[in-house]
Amino acid sequence: MLTANDLLLGDAVWLAPDGSWTRQMSDALLIEDPGSADLHLLDAEARGHEVVGPYLADAHPGAQGPEPSHFREAFRGRGPSNRPHGKQEIA
Amino acid sequence: MYRYSQFDRAFVRSRAAQFRAQVARRLDGSLTEDEFKPLRLMNGLYLQLHAYMLRVAIPYGTLSADQMRQLAMIAERWDKGYGHFTTRQNIQFNWPKLADVPDILDALADVEMHAIQTSGNTIRNVTADPFAGAAADEVADPRPVAELIRQWSTDHPEFQFLPRKFKLAVTGSPEDRAVTAAHDIGLRLVQQGGDLGARVLVGGGLGRTPMIGKVLRDFVPLADLLPYLEAIVAIYNLLGRRDNKYKARIKITVHEHGLEEIRDLVEAEFPARKALFNGIDQQMLAAITAQFAPPAFDPEAEGNFRAWYHADPAFRAFVDTNTAPHRAPGYTILTVSLKAPGETPGDATADQMRVLADLAERYGHGELRISHEQNVILPHVPRRHLRAIHAALSDAGLASANVGLVSDIIACPGMDYCSLATARSIPVAQQIATRFEELKLEHDIGPLKIKISGCINACGHHHVGHIGILGLDRAGVENYQITLGGDGGPDAVIGERAGPGFAYDEIVDAVERLVHAYLAHRDGPSEAFLDTYRRLGAAPFKAALHPEDKGRANAA
Ligand code: HEM
Ligand code: SF4
Repeated sequence: MLTANDLLLGDAVWLAPDGSWTRQMSDALLIEDPGSADLHLLDAEARGHEVVGPYLADAHPGAQGPEPSHFREAFRGRGPSNRPHGKQEIA
Repeated sequence: MYRYSQFDRAFVRSRAAQFRAQVARRLDGSLTEDEFKPLRLMNGLYLQLHAYMLRVAIPYGTLSADQMRQLAMIAERWDKGYGHFTTRQNIQFNWPKLADVPDILDALADVEMHAIQTSGNTIRNVTADPFAGAAADEVADPRPVAELIRQWSTDHPEFQFLPRKFKLAVTGSPEDRAVTAAHDIGLRLVQQGGDLGARVLVGGGLGRTPMIGKVLRDFVPLADLLPYLEAIVAIYNLLGRRDNKYKARIKITVHEHGLEEIRDLVEAEFPARKALFNGIDQQMLAAITAQFAPPAFDPEAEGNFRAWYHADPAFRAFVDTNTAPHRAPGYTILTVSLKAPGETPGDATADQMRVLADLAERYGHGELRISHEQNVILPHVPRRHLRAIHAALSDAGLASANVGLVSDIIACPGMDYCSLATARSIPVAQQIATRFEELKLEHDIGPLKIKISGCINACGHHHVGHIGILGLDRAGVENYQITLGGDGGPDAVIGERAGPGFAYDEIVDAVERLVHAYLAHRDGPSEAFLDTYRRLGAAPFKAALHPEDKGRANAA
């Protein structure tokens, strides 16, 4: 997956299949081959008026859409564990 | 309390206005993130996991009631209704929107506050003993010195691009409630032959290479202090390594060059610096000191306190754990715990901030302090008001009688907020506090400092916790390493690692086993955890942490 933070809110976002940024990880594009991952990253870096700090995060297919391999990304997709804020607020 | 001069006011306003223009240029695309990032960091604006974070300085931990109310207003209007007080006497807002930050900086400027130099390779917010100007054991109020340093260091042209961040702390008491030995420069005010001066420690710091500060000079008279500090920072600015971020702090410079060489270089640099100051700093210090004059203490402060104290056990427990001796008769220093078991250490809601502001105004000469232990202090409380204060705090969920006890845990934001984190720290703190609350052992256990960091940067001071907990990422799962025997007091000690770490769902049990081992081995209730550890060493504690090791040894 390609992920970043939204410029205005700082909220975590993911690159969606249609090239837009989605706030839900389950709607993210699961990028399968390393070559296109690098191209997506270059493209995202050029979209600095939309997002900050894009990077590639490991993921695998899941029942609802892509699932992160690392717990840090899972937390980014949910929000803090001590308060019901972040994405879990809207969910 | 210190009031801004016309110069301070104009400076802070102009910085806020500059930042407003910078944000506008970032939003209209004229600035890239690479160009903007250093500008936002200069104004305390970070990007974390879920949002931006604004770090606001609370110089030497001192706040007026009006300033606290303004923080509450900011939390409510532009954030999610709370703020997080940190170990460096800052407050962090976790959810500001980029476009709102200029308004927040203006609102801060309205009450003489700012976020300048709360980030970047500059001299950061100067911290001090939160009991300053109140403690019975104080040699002198450290805040005038801290304010002088703040004025000298803010926008100091020579020191805007140091090799790395630079942190100073000042204490005026031999008790050192400011962890001065864990700072790049720690100052301890002392008297020598009737003169006031500072013992200067250098090269302390936690993080990946923890070190205790070393005494560079035993006594620097106040008249020489700024030029002496300037000489130290100038030497560091030249010698400090810029090739490797992890070796850039002054603790490494001191380690690599040796204390003697640094001392000689500083002494050689000092005379030229001293000549430049011309005594102007002493005029400023005198003017600042006058502003920190103590309030007019109430001669009838004691009132009916004793009778209430004997009559009400809950009130007595609160007074026994949360107050400290004040220099004025009938007065006390009250620490309000932000560590109600199950809550996030250091968090205060806007309502709680307002309650604290009102209490300070009504009963405490309008002053508040933030401690590095993430609690709020009412420094000047006439004892006759303690009962009313206790009642009001109870209504606001702020009357936990746990200061210095096992649930008074320091925890950094960890992976719930911080983008550098390798594991969570807040939920670990919440669960440990809740566990000991259920066990009803807290008061029996007595003084015990648990400190938790969510990564090697050690913002939660775990190295100087009696029990330190460091959250790591071990092959993609959270793992918690325990250190034992750390101490952040006057004779600071870095804790020692106690064997392999624990998984997220094992760490609370592990801490409970440690505490039971202490209770089993202590030499009576008056021997605190740290003393038992020092008497017996790590062995019985390691055995309690890793009981399976014995079994494994037998099986082998
Ligand atoms: C979430 C944003 C934060 C970031 C990005 C951050 C970053 C860092 C880094 C990189 C270090 C290591 C510096 C070094 O060794 O060179 C550090 C140290 C430290 N930070 Fe933070 N920190 C954050 C939050 C906090 C908070 C919330 C506190 C207070 C609870 C804090 C207080 C400290 C302290 C006391 C140290 C160790 C003392 C030292 O500088 O050696 N920081 N921080
Ligand atoms: S110790 Fe690590 S996780 Fe905790 S606040 Fe500091 S940088 Fe973040």
